[in-house]
Amino acid sequence: MLIKTQANILSSEITERAVFESRREFIKAATVLSAGALLPGSGQAKTGNYADAPVGPYSAKLAATDRDDVANYTNYYEFSTNKQDSTVLAKALKTKPWTVEVSGEAEKPGVYNLEDILKDNPVQERIYRFRCVEAWSMVVPWIGFPLGDMLKRFKPSSKAKFVEFTTLYNPEIMVGQRSGVLAWPYVEALRIDEAMHPLTLLVTGMYGDELPNQNGAPLRLIVPWKYGFKSIKAIVKIRFSETMPETAWHKSAPNEYGFYANVNPEVPHPRWSQSRERVIGSSIFTPKRETEKFNGYGNEVAALYSGMDLSRYF
Amino acid sequence: MLLDKKGWAVLKIAVFLLGLTPFLLLTDDAVNDRLGANPIEALHFGFGDWALRFLCIGLALTPIKTITGQNKPMRFRRMMGLFAFFYATLHLLVFIVLDLSLSWQALKDEVPKSPYLLMGLLTYLLLIPLALTSTKNMQKRLGRSWVKLHKVVYAAGLTALVHYFWLVKKDYTGPLIYAGVIGVLLGIRVVVYYRKKVKLLYFESR
Repeated sequence: MLIKTQANILSSEITERAVFESRREFIKAATVLSAGALLPGSGQAKTGNYADAPVGPYSAKLAATDRDDVANYTNYYEFSTNKQDSTVLAKALKTKPWTVEVSGEAEKPGVYNLEDILKDNPVQERIYRFRCVEAWSMVVPWIGFPLGDMLKRFKPSSKAKFVEFTTLYNPEIMVGQRSGVLAWPYVEALRIDEAMHPLTLLVTGMYGDELPNQNGAPLRLIVPWKYGFKSIKAIVKIRFSETMPETAWHKSAPNEYGFYANVNPEVPHPRWSQSRERVIGSSIFTPKRETEKFNGYGNEVAALYSGMDLSRYF
Repeated sequence: MLLDKKGWAVLKIAVFLLGLTPFLLLTDDAVNDRLGANPIEALHFGFGDWALRFLCIGLALTPIKTITGQNKPMRFRRMMGLFAFFYATLHLLVFIVLDLSLSWQALKDEVPKSPYLLMGLLTYLLLIPLALTSTKNMQKRLGRSWVKLHKVVYAAGLTALVHYFWLVKKDYTGPLIYAGVIGVLLGIRVVVYYRKKVKLLYFESR
């Protein structure tokens, strides 16, 4: 699988629209012809539940990382601090039925079934680059819907300045929660304008199929211009808040992980540089990619932080 | 254990091949793409781990002699030390050749901003003179100063631990295990040192 390493996308690298779209036709044809079969030479499920999801706006025309790499290299401390072990351990998680409790500064709080949420929010495919704070990155075709579209339905009040997300707490299944490696349950949060930004997704699938458990099923956040730890997994609670919520990694090491966690090559982690990233799936002789500010989404999101000192608000 | 000269030679070769095994297995995994999604990291951490393991084995031989009176394992001390250096060298080479892709610019950008890398580099610098003076010839030539010089390995053990602690994001299990092992091995030496001192003082005062 070809992984792009240049900072700027050359026109020669962009898959032609016809080719790109014919791929989708091909997928549909393949689905009809051989349900359940995989296309030769591809690690991707082309016949999944979301194979027909339309391509949404902001989707990058980049070659995706091999699905097996995305599914077997996850930071999911609820199960394990080992990126491979969580694949096996997360199988024990039951993701159906699933409810999301909405609370705080909104007119329509309540407990919502994920099925109902999905009925109101049709999914689309968005290919985004995913940059971990550990200086590696992937390109993932997520399946999801804009978080803002859903949040608006709960009618947040003018006091809703932040949105807080909480991961399921169930140490019987999530065996990593039995250790004190982080304060459980995992909590993440966004400023309301970040949450409402059209790039911000709630994700239920990837590679045209359901999200594997280790990748955060059944519902996770994806904020492509922020380090991966902001993109919380297995969300069970959403709370609108007037004050800035305390978040899991910030709580564990406030000098190392800030609330904003915007991808920024100019602001190193206190113990390592963020100027480059290892592109997962590239050959061992491929140089690292130069990390882009806001992970390459600067045109879309830089205005959210105008006037802010990003080395202070890291 | 009664071994003649030939027996010792055979045993030494066997231990040598055993020490080389992790290198062969990791290289085989790398060539056959069995190192997972991030093969450079797997190779880099693999070699680093083995450098630490051989350092621990090397540091264990003197305490074994002190406690059991068994001095035969000491015959492997040089080999264990050199294996630690060998794996540390591979660890560093993977970093420079594969991770940095031999890019001077990448090195300039990343290394100064990464304290854990500087600590790793310091550890390697401490090991170089020890490897260079590891021959029997050098041991004879340097005499008592050889013994003094090679105490630097204690410092290298500690800087290697700091290097590991600073690299880890949150789960300190790995570095804590090595810290426990190295702590015990260096702790025994401290106890032995003070016991000797006390004994000496006792005899002097009589």
